[in-house]
Amino acid sequence: MMSRTVSSWILGSARNSFVLQRRGRLYSICVPNRHKIKWKLVFSKTLLYPGTCSLDNTFSLRKAFRHTSTEEEEFSFQLSPSQINDILRADRRSAATCLQTRGMMFGVFDGHAGSACAQAVSERLLHYIAVSLMSRQTLEEMELAVECMKPVIPILQLHKHPNDVEHREMTSQYFESLRVYWQHLLDLDIEPGFSLEEAMISAFKRLDSDISLEVQAPQENALVRNTALQVAFSGATACVAHIDGIHLHVANAGDCRAILGVHEEDGSWSTIPLTRDHNAYDESEIRRLKREHPRSEEKTLFVNDRLLGILMPSRAFGDVQLKWSKELQHSVLENSCDVGALNIYQYVPPNYHTPPYLTAEPEVTYHRLRGKDKFLIIASDGLWEMLSNEKVVKLVAGHLTELNVQKPQLAFEKPVNLGYLHNLLLQRKNRGITSLDQNVATHLIRHAIGNNEYGEVDQEKLAAMLTLPEDLARMYRDDITVTVVYFNSEAIENYYRNNE
Amino acid sequence: MFLRLLADVRWRGADPKWRSAARCRSASGTAETQPVPLPAEARVVICGGGITGTSVAYHLAKLGWKDVVLLEQGRLAAGTTRFCAGIVSTARPVSIELKMADYSNKLYQQLEQETGVQTGYVKTGSVSLAQTQDRLISLKRIASSLNVSGIPCEIISPKQVAQLHPLINIHDLVGAMYVPEDALVLSANVSLALATAASRNGVQIHERTSVSHVSVQKGRVTGVETDRGHIKCQYFVNCAGQWAYELGHSGEEPVNIPLHACEHFYLLTHPLKDPLANNVPTVVDPDGRIYIRNWQGGILSGGFEKNPKPLFTEGRNQLEIHNLQEDWDHFEPLLSSLLRRMPNLEALQIMQLVNCPESFTPDMRCIMGESPTVRGYFVLAGMNSAGISYGGGAGKYLAEWMVNGYPSENVWPLDLKRFGTLQSSRTFLRHRVMEVMPLICDLKVPRWDFQTGRQLRTSPLYDRLDAQGARWMEKHGFERVKYFVPPGKDLLDLDQSKTFYKPDWFDIVGSEVKCCKEAVCVIDMSSFTKFEISSTGDQALQSLQYLFSNDLDVPVGHVVHTGMLNENGGYENDCSIARLSKRSFFMISPTDQQVHCWAWLKNHLPEDSNLTIEDVTWKYTALNLIGPRAVDVLSELSYAPMTPEHFPSFFCKEMSVGYANGIRVMSITHTGEPGFMLYIPIEYALHVYNEVMNMGQKYGIRNAGYYALRSLRIEKFFAFWGQDLDAFTTPMECGREFQVKLEKGMEFVGQEALLEQKQNGVYKRFTMFILEDHDTDMDLWPWWGEPIFRNGRYVGKTTSSAYSYTLERHVCLGFVQHFDEKTGEELVVTTDFINQGEYEIDIAGQRFQAKAKLYPFSSLFAQRRRKDEVELSGYQRE
Repeated sequence: MMSRTVSSWILGSARNSFVLQRRGRLYSICVPNRHKIKWKLVFSKTLLYPGTCSLDNTFSLRKAFRHTSTEEEEFSFQLSPSQINDILRADRRSAATCLQTRGMMFGVFDGHAGSACAQAVSERLLHYIAVSLMSRQTLEEMELAVECMKPVIPILQLHKHPNDVEHREMTSQYFESLRVYWQHLLDLDIEPGFSLEEAMISAFKRLDSDISLEVQAPQENALVRNTALQVAFSGATACVAHIDGIHLHVANAGDCRAILGVHEEDGSWSTIPLTRDHNAYDESEIRRLKREHPRSEEKTLFVNDRLLGILMPSRAFGDVQLKWSKELQHSVLENSCDVGALNIYQYVPPNYHTPPYLTAEPEVTYHRLRGKDKFLIIASDGLWEMLSNEKVVKLVAGHLTELNVQKPQLAFEKPVNLGYLHNLLLQRKNRGITSLDQNVATHLIRHAIGNNEYGEVDQEKLAAMLTLPEDLARMYRDDITVTVVYFNSEAIENYYRNNE
Repeated sequence: MFLRLLADVRWRGADPKWRSAARCRSASGTAETQPVPLPAEARVVICGGGITGTSVAYHLAKLGWKDVVLLEQGRLAAGTTRFCAGIVSTARPVSIELKMADYSNKLYQQLEQETGVQTGYVKTGSVSLAQTQDRLISLKRIASSLNVSGIPCEIISPKQVAQLHPLINIHDLVGAMYVPEDALVLSANVSLALATAASRNGVQIHERTSVSHVSVQKGRVTGVETDRGHIKCQYFVNCAGQWAYELGHSGEEPVNIPLHACEHFYLLTHPLKDPLANNVPTVVDPDGRIYIRNWQGGILSGGFEKNPKPLFTEGRNQLEIHNLQEDWDHFEPLLSSLLRRMPNLEALQIMQLVNCPESFTPDMRCIMGESPTVRGYFVLAGMNSAGISYGGGAGKYLAEWMVNGYPSENVWPLDLKRFGTLQSSRTFLRHRVMEVMPLICDLKVPRWDFQTGRQLRTSPLYDRLDAQGARWMEKHGFERVKYFVPPGKDLLDLDQSKTFYKPDWFDIVGSEVKCCKEAVCVIDMSSFTKFEISSTGDQALQSLQYLFSNDLDVPVGHVVHTGMLNENGGYENDCSIARLSKRSFFMISPTDQQVHCWAWLKNHLPEDSNLTIEDVTWKYTALNLIGPRAVDVLSELSYAPMTPEHFPSFFCKEMSVGYANGIRVMSITHTGEPGFMLYIPIEYALHVYNEVMNMGQKYGIRNAGYYALRSLRIEKFFAFWGQDLDAFTTPMECGREFQVKLEKGMEFVGQEALLEQKQNGVYKRFTMFILEDHDTDMDLWPWWGEPIFRNGRYVGKTTSSAYSYTLERHVCLGFVQHFDEKTGEELVVTTDFINQGEYEIDIAGQRFQAKAKLYPFSSLFAQRRRKDEVELSGYQRE
């Protein structure tokens, strides 16, 4: 029943002109695309197990669809590792104010092969960074407080979204690991401590190694053990911005992206990318990997524009399948009870000779904010594969101006009388411009999934995309997470004025 | 800032004691000195230094309670009080609110003289405009009410309006009401003046002290925890305004104070070219949803929009009160309305759009009184944007309540205990206040039901009745049927059905009444409050005998109707009690008694683990079989003879109905018609209902609703608690002496007061009026609260009214008093006094002749009942 509706929907939509075009190719002829194609279907050409793919057979098409929705077991059996990494994508975000040091942090995390890793990283990474930045004295105080069973000073004030979820069961384990980390920092005995760049790199690497270690450590609590397994065997890319006054640091591992919107003096808008996408399209990433592995593997490092033919990003948290030795993977999974039920996909990639192939070490960029830097956008690759950097900046800038038009500052410097204001209000009411998205991130996502070839939001397409059944939606669009940070230009300029 | 402008404070000369003593802040801006430490102990701690808190403190001190501490988290009068528009308006539809506003007005008038603090009191008067005839009717009703309360007031023509105010456009007006004594004040200063006077009387005031929670032990307030330490106290008063809800929930023992804040906008302008005169009256244009007052030669105008913006649903600290955003687009309808009313203002320069939070309650009435769960925990909050108008009076009543145990007026309409826990849901409150705030300006017509927060408590038969055309009203969150619209018949839309005249359901209810009289009807009355009281020994009987005025020591299976009286003999509750066994009783009270009665019993029953009281309201569905054929239906269903010989009236028996066993059948109705009440365990409800309807078919059974019930009970002169009866009416005053057993061999609450009344006579008498020259089709219908005139002199007000389909006349019930013609002193009301007068009822200014009766028409009762039985059954409830 379901499958028939689905396939007829696709056919039906093909007749309408708003066909989800780029995606449409996926199940017709798989033309190599300059852009990345995330949602390879079970029957797409890129499969490593071509046996399951039959393009011309509508029956198997239906079946394949059904598999994705109901028959989990068979599904996992048929899936290739690269598909595993593509399905079950889940983004997470977090934002926080540092309470013991200055500044705020914003992170976007793009999970693959399940949401567990992205979830864990979103809950933990900012704490690791905050701890890395703390002074020795603060760390000592915290350690003392824990020893004396006293409440620890708060590290972060998290700015939560109602949709943010939390793994309360894991809190104590996470806290223990964090404590071991700061004990380690205390032992290091480096004063005056890390620079911001060092702190972020250290935090990323430490968290990834903790994820990897926690799953190897014996654990009584089945829930905690299972979660640790899920976290380690799924993956997440991360992009975190740290803003302190005019100092902006962005740490990135993977293919999330952060860009800056700049309002030039001539009124035009320009874009400054703050990150590089770590994937097969990036020359320096290819060079890095070639450097780290023997020459014999040069050809097999990237297959089909994927790391070992499996993973799109070349840096990520978790994904121990690409980090551990085969033996370690076997022994860990053997000792755990019910791998299937946890949706953990066990596979060994072809040409897996010299692990690790994957790292969570971030690349950190620094930017000194200027008065003309108006906003920062951090988003998962779901947005960037739909909209170009320039388009995104244009949209945010447009939203900003429209907002200003919509909300005129009824300032009292130039006195307004009742009649004038009344006319203004009536005009605004008649224009009915209240339909605009209040939230600029929503605005971006609406454009990302609803844009037609003219770059305008096609309501029909938007509606179709938003009402796709959940299992089908994954084939037509990635998860998209967007964080937009506006800068207070006045404060920035004041800073420069006062410091000159 | 405009705040300063609003509260043009020059009171420093008065040198308030708390300020010089406590030095909570320094006037000259030097570094703050250490505040005076809090006392370790006080009799009363008041939380909140707004108008309500300072008013309570002021009145407590006046009544001699001087060991009082008032705590304010910020500065005095810095919350909603400071932002408030400062209009003192007495034009209020509810009588107790009118009294509070009148008292406030008089209090503020002399406050400056009393305290030396400038209050900015200006007697400007107010003009309420009517754009429609219906609005004018509602103004006339208020005017009648104001006039008999001694507040000058007149209905004026549009031309007269133009003379009173230079700027008003009168072209769309049909009339207006002018109240010359209404006033304007600087609300923050009034509050400071009250604080100053209270402080002089010994009240300690501490600013910048916030209460974190109230400590409770054994259901009593024991102290208050603040950010500056603990204060031991016996009484706590929550006057925290919009934070009252949260403060109520902060302790271990939550106190539900159902209120919710909404954003409220008003506009301030620069002065006009020809500044408005100081005494130009405040204009209220309810049809335009706005009010306009003079403000420093310019205007202050705000209103109550149709689409209010609730805020702080998630609790405090979301947004500081001062950071609320102006929202001009939101204000546009009100601005349009303002410019329509005063077109000449177009050129006037804007100064500011003020956004201040106001708290609203689920029924548009403020909340006062003691918590039903925590003794000594008092509340005064939820002023529905009339804090200044009510503040003085409300503070006085609450102070009286605390000092004397009860206020000097009936405040049940404002009592916290009218709400249950169900009204404390934030979702409910958010939705309800969005309906309540616009209602402030809406036309208030009889029989208006709230549309939000509905379908919460329902009978198991709800869907079944709904499918049969039921139209619903709500009481205490419980859905009850008003009437059943027969198939094929349409009623008007909700908005169009608003009327002061004959309503569209007139014939529908008429046929339901007819069926009750001639055949049999079934009414779902599940909403009634039901308690079971039982004990191991005879504690239950002993305690109930003490609490109730009638003799409950009756044989098992008897039902007694009795009042639950207070020390003054006034009705705290009016209920029927069935003796189920030697040691257990089943008590049925009005729906809205659920919280009040529970609290009263908890407070008055002895602490005894062998005595248990249980709220079983939810356990039983109650069906009322009413009409002469009820007996036939029931006996066929139960195979038991139900005739009066076998089942006399006022009997209770558990029996089977259909397949269902254990149905409590009582031979009582709530209308005086023959019939039975069936208390059915809820799982049997549908079965029993189906059986009754099937079996009843051949007797012409049909569903009926509360409007039919109401018509039946009023034509038979049955008073009901909450409407006719309250804590200030005694059985002696409403002809229910037969329900009081003064000689039952043991003392009971209120006995002395009743004995005294028996000897000395009563000062008011519950009387029934039949309107003589009233045309049901053409004339305005009576509602309640209409003034009663005897020989042209005001003697009291009606409390309820209904059309009697049997008498084909309107019947009003009300209390008649006897004021001495010269001194105005209250005299004893005798039977002769009632019988020897010519009566008129004033409906919106029009007087109708009425015939007074002290006893119901015996012809209305079924012939087979004997006279004494009629008297016995002479009770009911709604």
